[in-house]
Amino acid sequence: MATGIKQLDREEAISGWIFMTPALIIFGIFLVIPIVFAFWYSLTDWNGISPPGEANFVGLTNYRSLLLDSGIRRADFFKALKNTTYFALGVVPLQTAIALTLATVVNQRFLRFKDFFRTAYYFPSITSSIAISLIFLFLYQKSGLINQVLMWITLGHWTPVTWMNDARGLIHILLENMGITLRGGPEFLRLKVLELTVWDWISGPSVTMTAIMLMNTWTTIGTMMVIFLAALQDIPSFVYEAAQIDGAGGWQTFTKITLPLLRPTLFFVVTLGLIGTYQVFDQIYVMTAGGPAKTTLTMAYVVYRNGFRNSEMGLGLATAILLFGIIFVLTLLQRRITEGQRD
Amino acid sequence: MALKTTHVPTGAVGRDRSLLWRQIRLGISYGLLFLLALSFLYPFLLALTTSLKPLPEIASNPVDLIPNTWTLEGYIRMRGLNVGRWLFNSAFVAIVITLGNIIFASMAGYALSRIPFPGREALFLTILGTMMIPGIVLLIPRFIVLKQLSLLDSYGGLIFPGLITAFGVFLTKQFFEAIPPELEEAARIDGANRFQMFFQVSLPVARPALIALTIFSFQGSWNDFMTPLIVITTNKDLYTLPLGLALLRGGIGQNLQWNAILAGSLVTTLPMALIYIFFQRYFIEGVSYAGLKG
Repeated sequence: MATGIKQLDREEAISGWIFMTPALIIFGIFLVIPIVFAFWYSLTDWNGISPPGEANFVGLTNYRSLLLDSGIRRADFFKALKNTTYFALGVVPLQTAIALTLATVVNQRFLRFKDFFRTAYYFPSITSSIAISLIFLFLYQKSGLINQVLMWITLGHWTPVTWMNDARGLIHILLENMGITLRGGPEFLRLKVLELTVWDWISGPSVTMTAIMLMNTWTTIGTMMVIFLAALQDIPSFVYEAAQIDGAGGWQTFTKITLPLLRPTLFFVVTLGLIGTYQVFDQIYVMTAGGPAKTTLTMAYVVYRNGFRNSEMGLGLATAILLFGIIFVLTLLQRRITEGQRD
Repeated sequence: MALKTTHVPTGAVGRDRSLLWRQIRLGISYGLLFLLALSFLYPFLLALTTSLKPLPEIASNPVDLIPNTWTLEGYIRMRGLNVGRWLFNSAFVAIVITLGNIIFASMAGYALSRIPFPGREALFLTILGTMMIPGIVLLIPRFIVLKQLSLLDSYGGLIFPGLITAFGVFLTKQFFEAIPPELEEAARIDGANRFQMFFQVSLPVARPALIALTIFSFQGSWNDFMTPLIVITTNKDLYTLPLGLALLRGGIGQNLQWNAILAGSLVTTLPMALIYIFFQRYFIEGVSYAGLKG
């Protein structure tokens, strides 16, 4: 009997590993080895063209030129970090808030045309980012739909903007309207911190970047809404009934019951948003290639440009690994904040 | 008593007023919801009608929905650029990748949830951990691996890296865990081995999870831009729709032939849109799986 069980255990072990074999091969070749390569080649000067085996080991040179050595590489790295951070700061809260609002509205029991609304809001989420970018490139023309709609809403007071070629930062525009400029402003604005002046750091996203941010928000709302919807449907109805009996109003029910119960989903959606926005690439590639004046240069685009355009794969990999680190830290930080609020 | 009599009528009037107020509010709410829905669909609609306009008309008025002159010029130009081939490539790659995911991911998901074997927990945690790795980190190292395997500029290069995803393994594992073990026990008593139990008992039951997986894999591959961008370096016959379109924008320069570009964008959008309209329910369910389990 004992040997019979052992026999069965062995058979199970064998079949277990057989079932795993395709996964192990593919993950091994296209996930595990690449991760090892990522770290190793970030320490080399490989150019992407010669055989990888001939690359020279250069130690931490690539990381140094991104973080420590003055020059265009470091300048571009921090410009990209700034741009990407503004991108995330704008897109993540906006898409999360709109998605949550829509989910709550669409989830109402007595709402009619529910399926239609849900279908319409989710539609951009299934569409190719490249196709959407091209369509918006069309809409964002100076004589295009977006400017026309804004003219119409403001009764002609809107001055058409060249959306895809406007490097002015939003905060700069605001400050200049208040009479604060780089030249006339306080001394510390001209101070250089990590290649950029303080004035540059506080620019806010450029008009062009804002246009891409809005498009990105528009695309992602649907996915986030559906995730919220699934979570909302998991809240048992007796919870709401109890709240109603206790005399809670709609807003109270939302802030005191729905929101706390949605906290894990909220964390998930914000994390997903952060990971996605810090990697924004396709839209930049198609719409601006980092311009105008490098104001839409993002971290992911710098990874690609350093590696494939400038034939500095080592540098591109070092950029990618630093980006990985940033995303990792942000996710942890985010978790800490969400958990802290619970106490 | 007096209090009571005065209280009742004001209450009734208040209710009337609040009913009216509620109806106005309801009207505004529906209006806003429809307006929002329009803003989500109108760009696609305008792209569709613009793709059917001649170039001069688009240049003079890029806003009007209805074309003055209808033309297939844009589509003909796209055909000249080999869009048919891109369409085939996109479809072929997406279908093979989807099949791969259905088979390989569910095999792994099954083993991780149902077959007790040494190292199982560690394997699962490792696979779960890889989901944390941002795709952009893999961009260059995958290029190195594909180059070393001579898979650049080949269907293999487009397909192999996508044949299984950690997400697919995770999704199927969660699903198989929820299936009652009794279902398989009966088959086991009848002398079925693991493969028979998997293919004949568990896999058919897992249909909802597999449909969700199908949709995610197909959508992921169909819309994928980064993989073809690094894999296809010279062979234009291997362009997928997103890659061909993206390079078209760069190639034409400042004078964009909008009808062609929008035609291409719609050719890329339409297949997904049709799948979405027919299998809507599964899309939503699929996202919920992902969301809840994350």
